[in-house]
Amino acid sequence: MGEIIAGLDWSPLFISLKTGVVATIFSFFLGIFAARKTLKAGPKMKALADGILTLPLVLPPTVAGFFLLLLFSRKRPLGIFLYENFDIKIVQSWAGCVIAASVIAFPLMYRNARAAFEQVDVNLVYAGRTLGMKEWEIFWKVIIPTAGPGIASGTILTFARALGEYGATSMLAGNIPGKTGTISQKIAMVIQDGDYATAGVWVVIIMLIAFFIVFAMNLFSARKIKTVKRW
Amino acid sequence: MAVEVDIKKNFGSFCLSMKFKSEDNRIGILGASGCGKTMTLRCIAGIETPDEGRIAIGNQVFFDSKKKINLPARDRNIGYLFQNYALFPNMNVETNIGIGIREKGAKKQEKVRELIRRFELHGLEKRYPSELSGGQQQRTALARILACDPGMILLDEPFSALDGFLKENLQEEMQETLKDYPGNVLMVSHSRDEIYRFSKRLLIMDQGKCLMEGNTREIFKHPVKRETARLTGCKNIASIKKTGEYEIWVLDWNLSLKTAEPVTDKHQYVGIRAHDLSESQKGEENTFLMEAAGETRAPFEKVYHLVRVEDGLEEQGNEKENSNHPGSKLSNKLWWKIPKNIEQAEEQETFPKYMMFPKEKLLLLE
Repeated sequence: MGEIIAGLDWSPLFISLKTGVVATIFSFFLGIFAARKTLKAGPKMKALADGILTLPLVLPPTVAGFFLLLLFSRKRPLGIFLYENFDIKIVQSWAGCVIAASVIAFPLMYRNARAAFEQVDVNLVYAGRTLGMKEWEIFWKVIIPTAGPGIASGTILTFARALGEYGATSMLAGNIPGKTGTISQKIAMVIQDGDYATAGVWVVIIMLIAFFIVFAMNLFSARKIKTVKRW
Repeated sequence: MAVEVDIKKNFGSFCLSMKFKSEDNRIGILGASGCGKTMTLRCIAGIETPDEGRIAIGNQVFFDSKKKINLPARDRNIGYLFQNYALFPNMNVETNIGIGIREKGAKKQEKVRELIRRFELHGLEKRYPSELSGGQQQRTALARILACDPGMILLDEPFSALDGFLKENLQEEMQETLKDYPGNVLMVSHSRDEIYRFSKRLLIMDQGKCLMEGNTREIFKHPVKRETARLTGCKNIASIKKTGEYEIWVLDWNLSLKTAEPVTDKHQYVGIRAHDLSESQKGEENTFLMEAAGETRAPFEKVYHLVRVEDGLEEQGNEKENSNHPGSKLSNKLWWKIPKNIEQAEEQETFPKYMMFPKEKLLLLE
């Protein structure tokens, strides 16, 4: 056991964490932005937008991976455009990891943010306006903090999901050790090789991370509720 | 400053069409729930946009659909006290008060301190709204509004969420606070007591329209319209038939009354306030033998529901007549209120007795 740990290539952990953090940042802002937009849209627009934005959550990740591959393949317009103009390669690269994880984890952020925003008393927005606050000021100083617990748990779930993404990532980014090889891909790979001991080590690691995330989330939202009593 | 409002807004099932102009700086709007009072305030504050019309305070135009003017709420400089106060739950008292202050640094600190002192909120600076009592929340909300030096203050049912004891204290308190405030204050309420205390100028609203406008005392004295009489707390209202220049027949009450004012064709109802009925002797003008059909317990009042009984006729015959009469159950009962001591609680009035409808107290209504 000690031998396995000593000889372990730690790169999947760092790739996973890095991917998780970056994807969470993307999803955080995009999710909040989308939540805000759909809230303001009319009922039909809202239903449509909500359907599309939630799709990645309910589709098999491989389907999302298929679409992403279609979109970013270097044989297709967007892929060609990105490569020729900016020298950006999405397929088989770390950027692909981030995009796949972002797309899959985004709906969690979006849905949690929307639910949290819907709980915010609209009079708070009106009060802010009559007090002379600017829209962005109301948004960041009043709405986001008031919706805080919901947004926080959304963010943490997003991170957890992004960290463990497998299906779409393997299709878009592949499993290049030291580059796009995330923990979940590593586990799949070593199991195929019959190396259950290494797989077990990684399983324990990812379980510890996942447990810690949920634990932290509960701790955080419990504290938040104590200081900010909500009606 | 003159307040000028002339707006229309269509909600499909309900149409708000409010028009008034007032020079007075303490204006009250009285109306039943759902009549559009709050919507009117929201339009003035810029929270809602009317379909068409014009809103101006003094010579500042907030909204003019013809000239395509629609000043955003944040530039109207109006203080709006929300029914639930809308304090920011994530900020403590201090931060809530300071949020709208434009000045920075020490000046802002100074202003917040001054307001905390004035609204007696010291010791509560670091508390969150959820940790405050209703009264403290209201004071914080008022302080937050005054911190912005508003040109006008709008109060949306400011006391409806409070219990009775607190309510009266806070009404006093708010009056005290706003005494020195030079701008316009517009208060909306469904409570006649609040409105009567607060406003010099009164608007009566019904179904999205301004029914009446005038001096508050004057309107309470001469409600003129049925809805106004009802909103100002007149309990006894019934439809009438004109039978002479100074005489009416009141179908529901089953009696004929002499009036002090001449009756015109516009008058369709008569009203009398519950405490204006008085005990009297047989043979006096507008005096009838009445029986108590019920009684309501109240701590400082005796409240009876009276129905007329014919002189000489004993109860059997009368009861029969009453039960045949359509709507005999409620509308033909007259409310009579007499103030009492709480010690006298058990002392009952004896019925039937002769009751007078003093003719100068009768309200002829359209």
